[in-house]
Amino acid sequence: MTATSAPRRAPTDWTAPAMQARVAVRYRRERLFRLAGLGALCLAGLFLAFLLFTIVRTGWSGFRHSEVAVSVVFDAQALGIDPAVARGPGGVEAIRRADFNALMQRSAAAQLGPAADVVSEGAWLDLRAAVLADRGVLGQTRTLWVPVRSNIDLLAKGKFDENEAEVTRGVSNEDIADYHYLEARGLIRTDFNEIFVSAANSTDPELAGIWGAALGSLLTLLVTIGAAFPVGVLAAVWLEEFAGRSRWTDFVEVSISNLAAVPSIIFGLLGLAVFLNFFNMPRSAPIVGGLTLALMTLPVIVITARAAIRAVPGSVRDAALGIGASPFQVVVHHVLPLALPGIMTGTIIGMARALGETAPLLLIGMRAFVADAPKGLTSSATVLPVQIFLWSDDAQRGFVEKTSAAIMVLLVILLLMSSVAIYLRNRFENRA
Amino acid sequence: MTEPCPKLSARNLNVFYGAKQAIKNVSIDISREHVTALIGPSGCGKSTFLRCFNRMNDTIENARVTGEIRLDGRDIHAADMDVVQLRARVGMVFQKPNPFPKSIYENVAYGPRIHGLASGRAEMDRLVEDALRRAGLWDEVRDRLADSGTTLSGGQQQRLCIARAIAVDPEVILMDEPCSALDPVATAKIEELIDDLRGRYAIVIVTHNMQQAARVSQRTAFFHMGAMIEYGETSTLFTNPVQARTKDYITGRYG
Repeated sequence: MTATSAPRRAPTDWTAPAMQARVAVRYRRERLFRLAGLGALCLAGLFLAFLLFTIVRTGWSGFRHSEVAVSVVFDAQALGIDPAVARGPGGVEAIRRADFNALMQRSAAAQLGPAADVVSEGAWLDLRAAVLADRGVLGQTRTLWVPVRSNIDLLAKGKFDENEAEVTRGVSNEDIADYHYLEARGLIRTDFNEIFVSAANSTDPELAGIWGAALGSLLTLLVTIGAAFPVGVLAAVWLEEFAGRSRWTDFVEVSISNLAAVPSIIFGLLGLAVFLNFFNMPRSAPIVGGLTLALMTLPVIVITARAAIRAVPGSVRDAALGIGASPFQVVVHHVLPLALPGIMTGTIIGMARALGETAPLLLIGMRAFVADAPKGLTSSATVLPVQIFLWSDDAQRGFVEKTSAAIMVLLVILLLMSSVAIYLRNRFENRA
Repeated sequence: MTEPCPKLSARNLNVFYGAKQAIKNVSIDISREHVTALIGPSGCGKSTFLRCFNRMNDTIENARVTGEIRLDGRDIHAADMDVVQLRARVGMVFQKPNPFPKSIYENVAYGPRIHGLASGRAEMDRLVEDALRRAGLWDEVRDRLADSGTTLSGGQQQRLCIARAIAVDPEVILMDEPCSALDPVATAKIEELIDDLRGRYAIVIVTHNMQQAARVSQRTAFFHMGAMIEYGETSTLFTNPVQARTKDYITGRYG
């Protein structure tokens, strides 16, 4: 018994004012901490809402365009097309050779009077498309709604302040007069912009579309996932299940982690040196872009796949080995199926990053002006983020709304990808 | 203990984990008709020793085994011994029930499938039913074979693991404290099952429960600090041990 040696402590008074003050301070701190957390969340939400709002407000009109009504006499003789040939084999060739541009200009001059030059330089494409779709229009007169020049389009959408001085306004007095001339006669309308969703890039804003870049992104991502997924998963499986620990595998592990942190533009230089200069692959092609992005995505996939494989309980491996499964069977039948949700989550995150990547693609020539949608993995192409970058850099006023509209398309695709990832992950998790 | 050729035999077996020696020079003969229990205090090396018989220690990175183990007189470390086939012939039931996160049917069918033991769906169905019957689980799961194995109770999961081991028709079943994660009722069922399986398979069971060893086994080996102190008939070892350390352990002096 040693209790006698030490002086007895007075019993703690839990109701003393000092104690109650401490309690009050504790409550206040907790309240402040929660408020700070809530505030941070609100601030982040506010930024996001502001970003989305400004993009949608600017970009919404990119999905609409203005058209002018022109009635066109499809005179086969003037076009230099023999109706009999046009109907037969080789008719497409004959139609493609015909001068629709002259027909367009004649028709506009005859119909629109002083406002004839509002018609877009690419409007004749609509005329040709009408004939290609139906040879029966040859020799007949049809009223077509053809696209107008970008400035007229922007006037119709109310993007210019007509009271501003001409020098700073960005649009000439003649254009304004033309627009009012057409509007007064009901010859101009604004509706869904099918050119934007079906065409590739163009130097004229009213003829530029997102389809070429979207297709380029799709082809590039196919190459990326095709190269990075199998290589990444196999590397992860080997490192986790077969390699064992040695100085060499430690070195590989550190290298992979470092690679994941390398700025993406470095991968562009690597792609330039390896794929273009050494292997002489075509410039601006989705195959090169895809492989370059695969190099960039690979470390991300390896790291997440390793984490997913490591998370598979050892008891499952023991159970399979215990009834005589070979190491290969253990991996293929048990470890990979259980690790798949995690692997896929990592892959989708890597793909989403690749989809939004611009810098490395600039270096391998994917910033080139490409007027046609890519036809394969080796034809010239651009991708959505590069297209956004190019348009945002363009001096023409009409590209402002296109830029925001393209951002909307990119965001929607990203959202779709994450939704698919979440759906797949839940499905596989429930199955296990 | 004087069989012409024991089912399993170990001679001068040593196991090292890095520099630490976990098993010290153990020699033992294990008969095919009996249930052999390995008992001893925690950390005495009995589980490590058990895992030598199907070479599961191969999967532990810094483990090293010296000495000799023979299955039917053949060295299991010989170059021409296929470790995958060895593990099919020497099945294992683990401490924690570890069914695959697949259906009950798939759990049992997996072994026969990878070893090509059944040709056709009907034969596989028969094989699965037979294994589940022998594991005493058939009546409880016959209507829910498609359910995940992980939806079963702990005791049922362990019997499913036994059925999974039986399905590949092994010669030996190694059990590593199979009841330590189970309640008394489930434990009793497993013990009953071990008794039913005796004779058909050579069974080696590691247990920290001396009553269990006394109930299910005919031979018992007592391990202490990596060495085998005593090995003999279960009834003799528990009533009249030769070694003082064995006596101290079974009377509860330590461990």
